[in-house]
Amino acid sequence: MTTTDLAIKSIQYRKKILKYILGAKAGHTGGSLSATDILNVLYNEVLNVSPGNFTSPDRDRYVQSKGHCVEALYVVLADKGFFPETDLETLCKYQSHYIGHPTRKIKGVEQNTGALGHGLPICVGMAIAGKKDKKDYRVFTLMGDGELPEGSNWEAALSAAHYKLDNLCAIVDKNGMQITATTSQVMNTDPLDEKWKAFGWAVREVDGNDVAALKDAFAALPFEKGKPSLIIAKTVKGKGVSFMENQLKWHHGVPNAEQYEQAQKELDEKMKQVES
Amino acid sequence: MAVEVKSDLGYKPNQDIFSETLQRLAANDRQIIAVTSDSRGSGKLVKFGQELPDQIVEVGIAEQNLVGVAAGLASCDKKVFAVSPACFLTARSLEQIKNDICYSNNPATVVGISAGVSYGALGSTHHSLHDFAVLRAINNIIIVVPADNYETEKATELAAASQIPVYLRFGKKPMPYLTDQKEEFVFGKGRVITEGDDVAIIANGETVYPALQAAAQLKEAGINATVVSMHTIKPLDTVLLSRLADQCKAIITVEEHSVNGGLGEACASFLLQQGYAKKFKIMGIPDEYTVTGSQVEILNHYGISEAGIAEEVRELLK
Repeated sequence: MTTTDLAIKSIQYRKKILKYILGAKAGHTGGSLSATDILNVLYNEVLNVSPGNFTSPDRDRYVQSKGHCVEALYVVLADKGFFPETDLETLCKYQSHYIGHPTRKIKGVEQNTGALGHGLPICVGMAIAGKKDKKDYRVFTLMGDGELPEGSNWEAALSAAHYKLDNLCAIVDKNGMQITATTSQVMNTDPLDEKWKAFGWAVREVDGNDVAALKDAFAALPFEKGKPSLIIAKTVKGKGVSFMENQLKWHHGVPNAEQYEQAQKELDEKMKQVES
Repeated sequence: MAVEVKSDLGYKPNQDIFSETLQRLAANDRQIIAVTSDSRGSGKLVKFGQELPDQIVEVGIAEQNLVGVAAGLASCDKKVFAVSPACFLTARSLEQIKNDICYSNNPATVVGISAGVSYGALGSTHHSLHDFAVLRAINNIIIVVPADNYETEKATELAAASQIPVYLRFGKKPMPYLTDQKEEFVFGKGRVITEGDDVAIIANGETVYPALQAAAQLKEAGINATVVSMHTIKPLDTVLLSRLADQCKAIITVEEHSVNGGLGEACASFLLQQGYAKKFKIMGIPDEYTVTGSQVEILNHYGISEAGIAEEVRELLK
């Protein structure tokens, strides 16, 4: 896909994320919008995974550790044909399979997540299995910067380096905010690059809302042979909608009808700019 | 059926039989992987690691990662046994068991070693008297507590083939064979060791043996006991429980676990809801920090012994 095509996809995804959050009257708006470009590039450019090969042992694995941003994942999976997009009209509704965190009941979802700090350890297991079986598949996880204080992440980080898992890539969606305040105010984890390097990872920082930069970063994997790779994706929480960007209340804020219309209008304007 | 209660001498701890069985299975099945948290020594997996080095994954002292890694391996079709002391495994990594193993249905086997009060005087940090209770409340896991070497071998074989997650719990004490080992062993079906109509003693793990000793002592006094190894707490053998409730005047349960939330309460809950109002007693560790002592001293202190169980039966039948 061209950079323009990817940029258009991101806007389409953001419009849909807002649509289904509005319908569900629930969702993690800010984090889904910050992670949209990462998921876009992963599923359209990087991952060897599709509805056709989803049960193949050779497929790439993606585990969304920041499970609360499931709306972004569901929208992308629907676009990739894992299920009809109309299913998302049931999101968070009584008896729907589309709950507010990823679940394997939905085709395309690798693992049930939602509790934070779980994605990376599972991915370490998947990556070890790939090495043992001499398979070429790669394993990816997306973490929020707010979930990094979970100790399990650091247990897993140690083991990923210990086992030289260069088939593993973790991405931090570093939008700098969490439910209470900025991540540096709640629990500072900077300097992230130095910490992960000290744990034995190869690290690259990238603008996580720049599809071209993301594409380049993923194309360079593994960043170093014999080491797991970490992409620190610097993003904007609520990216794409002016009044949602960097605003704490949009962590899991749900737009009202007026806000929704305003957001869609802004995204339509952006679409026109990109298309021209 | 008369049962000869044998000496402990010459028998092995269940966790030794577990590791021997696992190694035998793994030698013929490369998909079997043991995951350890600096626990291969206490888990008796040193030889396994030496002879099958590609089939053991060490994560260091990091129990959350232990279970997460096990889940990831299981999702890639490995037959995984995550082995760690039960006290840490079912507390520190409980969320990983709940979410990564059970909820995601990655059918790994979680193996709690040195369970109950096996660590004796090392104290409460090292005791697991809560594991039945917490795991019973989690969906999609089979909870199995083998009583002897026979049950241990069979349970390990079944766990390796299970399509849903399993918790196996072992202690460190050498355990005698309870029968001639000819009966079938399946998860969810209690093993009747001896039959009698006066009282049913339902036990599991290392407490089945003293229950059997108590039954022999009671028989001499004219009290006939049924002794059951209820090795599977979940799913519970409710068919057998109903039969015992119909057959016996009283029921007593015995477990190396808190009296709260374990085997006894599982049995009581079923029986009460079925309308049985039997004489009933739950023997286990009371809701307190245990007395200091060896495993045997602690169990004796709380009456989980031949003499203690026999005494409770006499009291119950008064």
